[in-house]
Amino acid sequence: MTRESSLVSPQWVEDNLDNPDVVLIEVDEDTAAYDKGHIRNAIKLDWTTDLQDQVRRDFVNKAQFEALLSDRGVSNDHRVVLYGGNNNWFAAYAYWYFKLYGHQDVVLMDGGRKKWELDSRELTDEVPTREKTTYTAQDQDTSIRAFRDDAVAAIGVQNLIDVRSPDEYAGRLMAPAHLPQEQAQRAGHVPTSLNVPWSKNCNDDGTFKSDEDLKALYAEVGIDDSKDTIALCRIGERSSLTWFVLKELLGHQNVKNYDGSWTEYGSLVGVPIALGDEPGDA
Amino acid sequence: MCGATEGGLSLDGVDVKKEAIIQGQVFRGEDPVGNAYVRLLDRTGEFTAEVPTSATGHFRFFAGEGEWTLRTLAPKADPVDNRVVAAVGSVAEVNVRI
Repeated sequence: MTRESSLVSPQWVEDNLDNPDVVLIEVDEDTAAYDKGHIRNAIKLDWTTDLQDQVRRDFVNKAQFEALLSDRGVSNDHRVVLYGGNNNWFAAYAYWYFKLYGHQDVVLMDGGRKKWELDSRELTDEVPTREKTTYTAQDQDTSIRAFRDDAVAAIGVQNLIDVRSPDEYAGRLMAPAHLPQEQAQRAGHVPTSLNVPWSKNCNDDGTFKSDEDLKALYAEVGIDDSKDTIALCRIGERSSLTWFVLKELLGHQNVKNYDGSWTEYGSLVGVPIALGDEPGDA
Repeated sequence: MCGATEGGLSLDGVDVKKEAIIQGQVFRGEDPVGNAYVRLLDRTGEFTAEVPTSATGHFRFFAGEGEWTLRTLAPKADPVDNRVVAAVGSVAEVNVRI
């Protein structure tokens, strides 16, 4: 994948608002953001209810994903364009989902909702209606999903990229600073993981930095191109954005997102944890 | 905005004793700005979090002890930085003017 095949600009979206081959989908951390105004003809996915299993701690399975997209009028042939707030944080999470279940043509709108708003482009409160479809998902592509045992096995062996803020990485905070402090039983990070806060991938206006700047960012922290990579954060959403950058924009092979992330790892009994600003030893 | 109170956001349901809260409101002149974005930068200038303002221009962060910078972005305005000190058990109120 490349920037050209995985990103579209806000202008491209504006030019394709009525394109029947395109489905525009807003996915926001603030699940009420869509209801306050959204891009015309965009539909909404709620990451807390639509994308998460409501009983187990896991995301929706293949059958649930098929039912969701069929109900919302998304077909296998549609070009899915995702956007959201906070540098496309949750839109990137949804992008990873679509890839996980084998959707072929999915892209992010560069800059997301913030860029659209900062450009003073139009928002509407009209909710579009779409005809239901019969969506067929593929089995999960676990080549892009890491589990807890993968994270433990990667210590000192693979690139582990912890994308949380420096204070979360060091163990001074347990969660992003706009959320109440809760979740994992212990603070800190997986030993040998490198801290590259997810926000470093983006400019202030929410657009992705240039490929050259992104390559320099990861070279500077010492990512080893010859090794496989696992990205993690607190609950797997911010790390989806870093997964997107490494895999889709920079074309790294064998990059996985660990969606269990720190809330799972930091609650495991007996696993090693490093505290402070340094990666720590294996 | 639901739960908004004069002088600041409602703290109903928030255990203030355990949190270092930074919150406030964004104004353009006398008018609250409901489509701004407020970023929280740590003491080194590193991005920590970002929230969109509510319809009444309000925002809130649960930060940690120490010095922070609020960087506010809004349509047709230059970014504005405000320094703020947060402490557990207190609420730092910041009015941002763009």
